[in-house]
Amino acid sequence: MSSPLTLTVNGVQRRFDLDDPRVTLLDLLRERLDLTGTKKGCDRGQCGACTILVDGQRINSCLALAISHDGADILTIEGVAHGDALHPVQAAFIQHDGFQCGFCTPGQIMSAIGLIREGQAGDDPERVREGMSGNLCRCGAYAGITEAVLEAHHTLNRKAEQAA
Amino acid sequence: MNRFEYLRPATAADAVAAAAQPGAAYLAAGTNLLDLMKGGIARPDTLVDITRLPGLDTVETLPDGSTRIGALVRNARLAHDAGFARRYPAVAEALLSGASPQLRNAATAGGNLLQRTRCTYFYDTASACNKRQPGSGCDALHGDNRLHAVLGWSERCIATHPSDFCVPLAALDAVVETHGPAGPREIPLEAFHLLPGDAPERETVLQPGELILAVRLPPQAAEFAAHSRYLKVRERTSYAFAVASAAAALRMEGDRVAEARIALGGVALKPWRAREAEALLAGQKPDAALFRRAADAALADARPSAPANAFKIELARRIVARALTLAAAGTPNRIPALPASPFAHQTGGAHHA
Repeated sequence: MSSPLTLTVNGVQRRFDLDDPRVTLLDLLRERLDLTGTKKGCDRGQCGACTILVDGQRINSCLALAISHDGADILTIEGVAHGDALHPVQAAFIQHDGFQCGFCTPGQIMSAIGLIREGQAGDDPERVREGMSGNLCRCGAYAGITEAVLEAHHTLNRKAEQAA
Repeated sequence: MNRFEYLRPATAADAVAAAAQPGAAYLAAGTNLLDLMKGGIARPDTLVDITRLPGLDTVETLPDGSTRIGALVRNARLAHDAGFARRYPAVAEALLSGASPQLRNAATAGGNLLQRTRCTYFYDTASACNKRQPGSGCDALHGDNRLHAVLGWSERCIATHPSDFCVPLAALDAVVETHGPAGPREIPLEAFHLLPGDAPERETVLQPGELILAVRLPPQAAEFAAHSRYLKVRERTSYAFAVASAAAALRMEGDRVAEARIALGGVALKPWRAREAEALLAGQKPDAALFRRAADAALADARPSAPANAFKIELARRIVARALTLAAAGTPNRIPALPASPFAHQTGGAHHA
């Protein structure tokens, strides 16, 4: 038996006929939408490589059943830039060498976007490190990641002030 | 992961009827259940998705001053609810010391109570585990058991309960509201989880199909707000389960403790309330010697489940003493950057209690 499922992915409404309830949001994005920017690292909620925003909140897409998220609004790494204009968090990761091999980077960037939206860490490096602790980086680019998140926080705050 | 039937009932009554069937399990966020299913540890035939049930995702203050936390309230939302965190700071600090931000955005209050042990032998389907497969034995007894229980364990199971959230809830006399095939009932959190005894496969007092609707904190729980802490030693700074932890809450009258609440985590298969230690503090002026006596009382019945975890008894004593010291110094205005960490800067208390 198949189940209908509607999701908004990066601003576009998508309809699915799900033939298997075991499909996670991660597998749906990668295997059925070819959005392979979201990475499958541990697939068990431990590494954060699969981090996406669901209804504005960062979660591990590997531990989320797609069928349970019918109607959700999803943002992945493919949806954060505007054409060739990078998202401020993407630009800051490049500026501060916030990566080496790059495998964890989409998850790090989505997590950082979520963290900045949550507004709990501010410009305190300790709170940023704690707030990014759900994203592992085997290359150990943590120092650059923290600097990138702090800079992006300031950039986004400036933009918000200018818009106000 | 095994195949399963997926149901999404519209009402609690329909959910209870569906989940009372053999082989059925409730699905909320799934942050623990899907992990267990991917490992083949949990193999439910039916998942009953309760995420769309109405009325379970609110935090409300009741007329008598109680706070009712709906079963579907996400950990992060509860911890960052300013009114809630002000009244129950140790609960907020415990929540923020658990898991990762991504998991806290998804994981629910009800699911937290029902999370399974993190014993590696429970997770390894090639190992003997009386909890996973009753009667098969316990490979943890003679295995890698540094982090196993020192209170309330049995020869059948030496696992611990991994929750941080449940520790201050136990200290503050939280009550679990449920709805089962026999109707609604209320269960004190302290009586909700079962010690292993001869049947470690029975983890809670819930009956088949019984659904957690809410966790309620009584009006008195807010009276400890000015002197409440949660302290948790982990094997890394963040994103790790407790080696041992403690919630300490004091209601002060002048320079004396009018009433104390203490519970421990990571030491037993349930959050461990330390009532004898609490009684010892009532009416006393707080000082290091008193807190040490309370810590000794809290661990009086402890014994290692293996030589490798004997250290946890003294560790837990020191955590209790330091949590009391921190609580006496006063709840910080803001939860520290490293919640519940003994290595946090400016924790407001002595570092060598």
